Amino acid sequence: MDISFIAMQFLSGLMMATLLFLVASGLTLIFGVGNVFNFAHGSFYMLGAYLAYQAVSVWHANFWLSVLVASVGAGIFGMLAEFLFLRRIYGRAEEGGFQILLTYSFILVIDDLVKLVWGTEYKSLPRPTGLTGTAEIFGLSIPSYNLAIIGIGLVIVVIAWLVLSRTRSGRIARAAALDREMLGSLGINVPLTMTVVFGIATAMGGFAGALAAPLRSVSPGAGIEVIIDSLIVVVIGGMGNFWGAWLGALILGEVNSFAVATFPEWASLFSYLVMVLTLIFKPEGIFASRKIRRI
Amino acid sequence: MEPILELQNVTKSFGGLRVTSDVSLSVAQGSISAIIGPNGAGKTTIFNQITGYLKPDSGKIFFCGQDITELNTRDIVTLGMARAFQVTSFFPEETVLDNVRVACLSQKNKTRNLLKGVDDFKDATDQAHKILSSIGLEKEADRPAFELAHGDQKLLDIGIALALQPKLLLLDEPTSGMSPDERLLTRNLVKKLWKEFNLTLIFIEHDMDTVFGIAQTVRVLQMGRLLAEGSPEEIRNNPEVITAYLGEEVL
Amino acid sequence: MKKSLFNKDIIFWGLFVVVFGSVPFLKQSDYHLMLANSILIWGMFAVAFNMLFGVTGMLSFGQALYYGLGAYSVGLVVKNYGPSLFLPAIGLGVVLAVITSILVGLLVIRLSGVYFTVLTLAFGQLAWQITFRWYHFTGGDDGIQGIMPSGVLENHTVYYYFTFVLVILAIWFLRRVANSPMGLVLRCIRQNPERVRFLGRRVRRNQLRIYVISSFFAALAGGLMTGVTNSIHPDMFYWTTSGEVILMAVLGGIGQFFGPFIGATVIIIIQDVVGARTEYWSLIIGLIMMVMVLGMPRGLVGEIRGLKARFAPGRMSRG
Repeated sequence: MDISFIAMQFLSGLMMATLLFLVASGLTLIFGVGNVFNFAHGSFYMLGAYLAYQAVSVWHANFWLSVLVASVGAGIFGMLAEFLFLRRIYGRAEEGGFQILLTYSFILVIDDLVKLVWGTEYKSLPRPTGLTGTAEIFGLSIPSYNLAIIGIGLVIVVIAWLVLSRTRSGRIARAAALDREMLGSLGINVPLTMTVVFGIATAMGGFAGALAAPLRSVSPGAGIEVIIDSLIVVVIGGMGNFWGAWLGALILGEVNSFAVATFPEWASLFSYLVMVLTLIFKPEGIFASRKIRRI
Repeated sequence: MEPILELQNVTKSFGGLRVTSDVSLSVAQGSISAIIGPNGAGKTTIFNQITGYLKPDSGKIFFCGQDITELNTRDIVTLGMARAFQVTSFFPEETVLDNVRVACLSQKNKTRNLLKGVDDFKDATDQAHKILSSIGLEKEADRPAFELAHGDQKLLDIGIALALQPKLLLLDEPTSGMSPDERLLTRNLVKKLWKEFNLTLIFIEHDMDTVFGIAQTVRVLQMGRLLAEGSPEEIRNNPEVITAYLGEEVL
Repeated sequence: MKKSLFNKDIIFWGLFVVVFGSVPFLKQSDYHLMLANSILIWGMFAVAFNMLFGVTGMLSFGQALYYGLGAYSVGLVVKNYGPSLFLPAIGLGVVLAVITSILVGLLVIRLSGVYFTVLTLAFGQLAWQITFRWYHFTGGDDGIQGIMPSGVLENHTVYYYFTFVLVILAIWFLRRVANSPMGLVLRCIRQNPERVRFLGRRVRRNQLRIYVISSFFAALAGGLMTGVTNSIHPDMFYWTTSGEVILMAVLGGIGQFFGPFIGATVIIIIQDVVGARTEYWSLIIGLIMMVMVLGMPRGLVGEIRGLKARFAPGRMSRG
């Protein structure tokens, strides 16, 4: 196992981690701020991938424009889902269970709607022009699209950090994560905030789906695979915690990357192994807030 | 006589804020006493530590001579301590009878039974009915608990605690949210239950008529500290307590 | 109060025995027998699942793990050691389910609410992954076909009555549990777990108990089902299987003991009527779930009882 192999796998893991982080942070955002568990978050990722495919292959749009279409489209669908359906069950007794059941129904409905519109066969996207080749770094040739994703991920982390720590909305979001009731007393329009946050979260899912489309082909049913990976990320990191999601994604991405290279047949089990180990030794996640521990 | 409950230098902080500050007290067996103090004085936090719901940062708590500082709620309850809550805590969808009966069954250690019906436990059922008549809810026995009026729900909460046949009963603001008439009834009821069930009883209360009407000993908490302790008469005339809490109108 | 509870049970049991007992005489083909058999088995599965969700408030999205374990125990034993071991294999399946559910339960019951749901889902998917990948042991995606019970059970009618009796015993047992002191404690845990601790009860211990009991019957359902379909497939472990049993419970009514059985009946009949004609099955069940959650959270049985209570004068509805 030489150093270049390790470096290659590390970079590939970093790329997986970036995509995982983009999806999982949306999941954790809406859970942290709105206390809503969106079981269908992976379906918005899938929707993003299909919208990007539609934009590139049918409307012949530029790749980056299609990423925008995917994010905005997934965000709009997310806001509609929140506004038309989820909103109706807030505050109901045993809300948590019904949230999961309702968002579970979204998974089923979105899966079949995607099938109706785009059919059942696998779809994939070409890499964007300019990023189809490889780049040479320290004598390693890395696909330049992978590097671009890592770069985008870093930019997103920095932007998110700035928003969370420097802006009023960021402070509100962090406050809401600690105490949802407090929002109302701050004179904030809670229903509107919920819809917008839901839209942002699902847009992040769609964004990740579009970015991943050139790397993994997408088919109906992709939603559930993505949601389970994101769940493992938030279990490792601690639900509702932004930095936890980042660390969880990093661990899972790297574990996956090295597992794929060494035990390709059983690679998918390693994610679960990490989850089980976390559960045994740190059941509330590495970065859990106290709120979750008590429930 | 050995005290039933003893706190030694109990201290607890939440993120730098001292909510319980070096509290030591000793409660005599068979007594009825009150804890008073302004909002945020740490009254409920003391109850939470006594019942093992919170662990003190330092200090020791003894119950019937046994060190219970590190025990969890479940074990402390089985030793003979029970509690009713400031925000009423019961099982809203169950009938009033079953709310009390589940506590009776728990006290008799019958809750592991899978195959006998709840109704087959005659002694638990009889005991539950007896407690319901003691607290005056017998005629509501078959109604689901969420249908009860607020005052009756407070009483039900106390009834659940009583059903555990505790040696020590902690009541957190038994009369809160009640009308003056209800308060009077509850005050008399608490005193009656104390005698009838041979309890040691500690209650937190804001209603001074209740405090001075039935407590043998009154303890005053202020900002987590035990400010004063004494008979109702002593507390009423304690100048420190008057400035800190009671104010002029009580006199 | 007690009287009406008694009557409701009698009505259910009477209808149940008459309807399902007469199927072998009324059926027009073996297919009808198979359908009725599936309803019995899934009905039991759904009632057992609801002991977790409706009674204790624990939404497990991973009961497929135990259903699959029951089915694969039977499938693999019969394939490797012959059909004479069909019944012992069902026993093996439930024993494995009990052991697995204790281990998984110890890990996931430490966390409640959403965490419990997603972790049970993850463990179910883990089992599915293993089954799917371990081709030379499990047959992978192909599954295993031609699993037959031996002896008298080979006869479809005998097998049907065998399941019928087992399902009656299972539901009778679960009904006893629901009415027992432990059942009362479980309902209390759903409504106010903190207060249950202050009764001197261990909340997690009780949750683990019912998780194991529920998983036992999930495995029994999986094992019995192999005798109906004569095949096993990794999808038995898949999350959609867990989703289906949840849908049955929600459709029938999670607040009603027998509701999930009615839900199972309705879903299996819809599946039979519609399933053959459409590939959009998940759209249909997704919409059913959405309608139930948004409009009829008490389920079919709960809503009907709610209506009866509203039109019966002088009685309060129990919400």
